[in-house]
Amino acid sequence: MYLTNTETIPGKEITACYGLVTGNTVRAKHIGRDIAAGLKNIVGGELTGYTELLNESRQDAVERMKAEAAGLGANAVVNVRFATSSVAQGAAELFAYGTAVRVE
Amino acid sequence: MGVLIQLGLFVVMLTLGFVVGRVRESRHLSELEVRETRMRHVAALPVPHAAWVRDAQASELVSGSVVVSIDYYKRFVAGLRGLVGGRIAGFESVLDRGRREAVLRMQEQALQRGFHVVVNVRVDSARLASTMSNGKGTSGVEVLAYGTALRLPAHARPSA
Repeated sequence: MYLTNTETIPGKEITACYGLVTGNTVRAKHIGRDIAAGLKNIVGGELTGYTELLNESRQDAVERMKAEAAGLGANAVVNVRFATSSVAQGAAELFAYGTAVRVE
Repeated sequence: MGVLIQLGLFVVMLTLGFVVGRVRESRHLSELEVRETRMRHVAALPVPHAAWVRDAQASELVSGSVVVSIDYYKRFVAGLRGLVGGRIAGFESVLDRGRREAVLRMQEQALQRGFHVVVNVRVDSARLASTMSNGKGTSGVEVLAYGTALRLPAHARPSA
């Protein structure tokens, strides 16, 4: 499965378009990570645990988007976009969307 | 007595935030400069460079992200600033560091996977809600940079 955030896949030709595909995950952090992050909140800087958590979750969202695309018969998703929003205390939604296409 | 303990804790956190926060910030800034110099040849452009896209031999979505938080001292100063208005320099520098870090990680991922440039770069940030309903607890800002990495033939690569 090819993924890009440009309108085309370099060196390939788009032969069919299947429209919008999306994938999301809502994840909450766990308490251990939160205690470490709480200490970091005093001295500032990167909250490594959260960075990893959001990266894993985004990967999940991408996998769901790919699965939807594959189900439609696509072999690539172009124009991929990401969005993150906090939906509740200690939880965030990771969202990925793009256009499913077939390339040759 | 309880008030004294609270005041003492406040002063300790403020001092800790100020001293450790400053050291960490200056260390991060000098580290960013070194890595940015090293990554300069992995051009990251916000546009889909037509000639590169045409010449590319392979492409892949790459991304870099970081969750940053502001130190206790800066948060306190920002609170005061909220009373009188104006620029909050402390937040500006933290967000700036976060963006540079995210873009660097994206470039490093591209290089590591054997790509030469990244086009159509997007940089987003999202505030993560605090973990307690009273607005206390930890909070941070996530910065995400992503784009399409391209593998270019030798003649088409930008010179370092």
